[in-house]
Amino acid sequence: MERIPILKMGPYLLVTIQVDMHDRIAMTLQDELTERIVSDRAQGVLLDISSVDVVDSFIGRMIGNIASMSRVLDAETVVVGMRPAVAITLVELGLALPSIKTALNVDAGMTLLKAARKTSNNGRPAR
Amino acid sequence: MAVLRDELIGLRSMDDIIKARQLVRECAIFQGLSLVDQTKIVTAASELARNTLVHGGGGEMRLQALNDGPRRGVKVIFVDSGPGIPDIELAMKDGYTTRGGLGLGLSGSKRLVDEFGIDSKPGKGTTVSIVRWR
Repeated sequence: MERIPILKMGPYLLVTIQVDMHDRIAMTLQDELTERIVSDRAQGVLLDISSVDVVDSFIGRMIGNIASMSRVLDAETVVVGMRPAVAITLVELGLALPSIKTALNVDAGMTLLKAARKTSNNGRPAR
Repeated sequence: MAVLRDELIGLRSMDDIIKARQLVRECAIFQGLSLVDQTKIVTAASELARNTLVHGGGGEMRLQALNDGPRRGVKVIFVDSGPGIPDIELAMKDGYTTRGGLGLGLSGSKRLVDEFGIDSKPGKGTTVSIVRWR
């Protein structure tokens, strides 16, 4: 079965979705990513969806789940590279993903993750 | 109204949903829909194909390229012979779900298309049709 690679970039994990999302691939990604956040002590996740041309409610829910799960594991998720047509469609579908951080590209996403770390580190031990 | 293309595919597995999305995309491009309109009808089709599979126990998708005078459009019809929907009005509400999903499948799909039709008979099955015009 196809799998989505999870790359380590310093304290962050980079996931670039380049396959047409199959429900099972999405579920596998959730499982593997949460395990990797813990084993790699990742501080953040960049989810690059610039190659994704359709996000329906199932895939949207998966993106939301990944963000919630990683937050519980003390890692922030930034969704990067959403195509404009996908953004318009998601909002009309009724899935505005209000609790998800987004950035236009991987660079901007990385900056956002670094900034989030600085402000949220108050009083918490560094990893 | 002329039907230029008429295709029928089975919806029996998750792979069929991906195939359905690709076929609808192709047809929308063929009909000259804008990128946003392509994305809308493909997303709606993905929602409805999943409904056919998950709630209807599988079924079929019929895809048509329509020419109505100067108007060009894409019509997609989903047919299953599953348990049917007892209360369509309730099923069309945002957030209503029977399977722990987000409950956006039917209501959200309707917002993404120009025409939406649903017919369901308990015990007999459900037919949903959508059209997006250029």
